[in-house]
Amino acid sequence: MMTPFLACVLAIIAKDLRAEFRSRELLSVMALFALLSVLVFSFALELDREARAEAVSGVLWVTLIFASLLGLNRSLAQESDQGNLDALLLAPVSRSAIFAGKFAGNALFTGAVGLALLPLMTVLYNINMVAPGVIVTTVVGTVGLCSIGTLLATMTAQTRAREALLPIALLPVALPFLLTAVRATKGALNGAPEWQVWLQLLAGITVIYVVLCLLLYGYVVEE
Amino acid sequence: MDSDAIIEVNRLSKAYGLLPVLRGVDFSIDRGEWVLLFGANGSGKSTLLRLLSGLSKPSAGRIRIGGWELPREAMAVRAQCGLVAHRPLLYENLTAAENLDFFGKLYGLAADERAQRGRDLLRQAGLAKSAERIVRTFSRGMKQRLSIARATLHQPEILLLDEPYSGLDQAACQNLDEMLAVAQEAGRTILLSTHQLSRAPAAAGRALVLSGGRIAYDGASDPGNLAELYVEAAGATSL
Repeated sequence: MMTPFLACVLAIIAKDLRAEFRSRELLSVMALFALLSVLVFSFALELDREARAEAVSGVLWVTLIFASLLGLNRSLAQESDQGNLDALLLAPVSRSAIFAGKFAGNALFTGAVGLALLPLMTVLYNINMVAPGVIVTTVVGTVGLCSIGTLLATMTAQTRAREALLPIALLPVALPFLLTAVRATKGALNGAPEWQVWLQLLAGITVIYVVLCLLLYGYVVEE
Repeated sequence: MDSDAIIEVNRLSKAYGLLPVLRGVDFSIDRGEWVLLFGANGSGKSTLLRLLSGLSKPSAGRIRIGGWELPREAMAVRAQCGLVAHRPLLYENLTAAENLDFFGKLYGLAADERAQRGRDLLRQAGLAKSAERIVRTFSRGMKQRLSIARATLHQPEILLLDEPYSGLDQAACQNLDEMLAVAQEAGRTILLSTHQLSRAPAAAGRALVLSGGRIAYDGASDPGNLAELYVEAAGATSL
C-alpha cells in the first residue's frame, strides 16, 4: 500500500531538478551570491600567500553555508507557499522518504555550487583548490549541512519570518560542520596528514545528522 | 455505526493550543454518498477535512475511514482519500502533465498507468490541449480542475473538497460540477465543504451544518430549504 521509499525519493529529486531547470530560481541565486562572496573576500583579504592559504578554507565554508541558506529557504518555500508540502504528505509515502527526496535535491544544488567554487577560488586566491581532498571534504560537508538545513527549513518555511529564522536556527547547529570542514579543507590544502582524521570526524557528524533528520522529519511536519 | 459507512466520526474534537475548533463531532457517511458540509468562516470545515484526510491529528475522538483507524493507519487512509484544498496543491513550474505524472509516482502507479490516467483526467478536465503548459500560466479555474484531476488520479474511494468553488466564475463552476458528477458516477464518496449556499450542487443528497465546532444539522439537503436550515442551524444572520 505504501509507495516504495526509493521510488518516492527519486520522484521528488526529479521533480525538483525539472522545476529548477525551468525556473533557475535556486541555482542562479546561490551561484551569484557565492561568486560575489568569494570576490568580496578576495578583495578584503589582500594577504600574502601564506595568510591566504590559512583563510581560504574558511572563506569557502562561510560562503557555502550562506549560499545554502538562500537555497534551502527558497526550496522549502516552494513547497509551503503553494501548500505542496500538504500534497506530499497526503500521498501514501513515508515522511522519511519525503525528507530524503528534498534533502538529496538540496544537497545536489548546494554541492554543485560548492564544486563550482573550487576552480573559481583557485584562480582568485592562487591556491589549488581542485584537489581530491578538498573535493571530498566539500561533498561530505555539503551533505551534512543540507541534512540539518532541510529539516530546519521545513520548520521555518511555514512561518512568516522564515528568511530571518532559518539562519538563526541553522548557524548554531552547523558549527560542528563548519569547524571540522574548515580543518579538513585546510589540512588537505597544506598536505597535513591529520586532515583525514578531520574528514572522518566530518563524515561521522554527517551520518549522525542524516539519521537524526530522517527520524525526526515525521514529527516536524506533523500538525 | 452503519455497516455501509465509509467515513465514521465519533466524538471528534480538535483544538489548536487552547482554542477549540471541533467539539465532539459525530457523523457517518455511506459509501457512494455525496454530502455537503456547510458552515460559516471559522466553523471548522477545513479542520474537519484535514483530519479526515490524515493531514492533522485529532485532539480526542475517533475517525475510521474505510475501516482504517486514523491516525494509526494513516498510510492506508491516504491511499483511499483525495483532497482538493483551498490552494491547488500543484507545482507551478511544472506542466499539467508533469504534475500528474509526479503525483502518480508518489501514489505508486506504474508508468503506463500514469500516462493513461493522466491523459484521461486531463481530457475530462478539459485540459488536454494545455497538458504541456506550465501551471503558472493557468487561470484559477484551470488550476482547480487540474487539482481535482490530481486528487482523483489514484482513483480514491473518497473525495474531500474544501471550498472548491471559491474564486471560480460561472463557467468554471459548471465545469467543476460536471467533474464531480463524473466522480459520483464512478461511485466515489464525496464530502464537499462550502459556505456558498448558492453553489450547493443539486446532486448532493445530504447536508451537514457545522456551527461552533459542532454538527448543528445533519439531514437531507433539499435545495429549496437549504438557506432556511442553514440560517436556523448555524445561527447565521446572513448568507
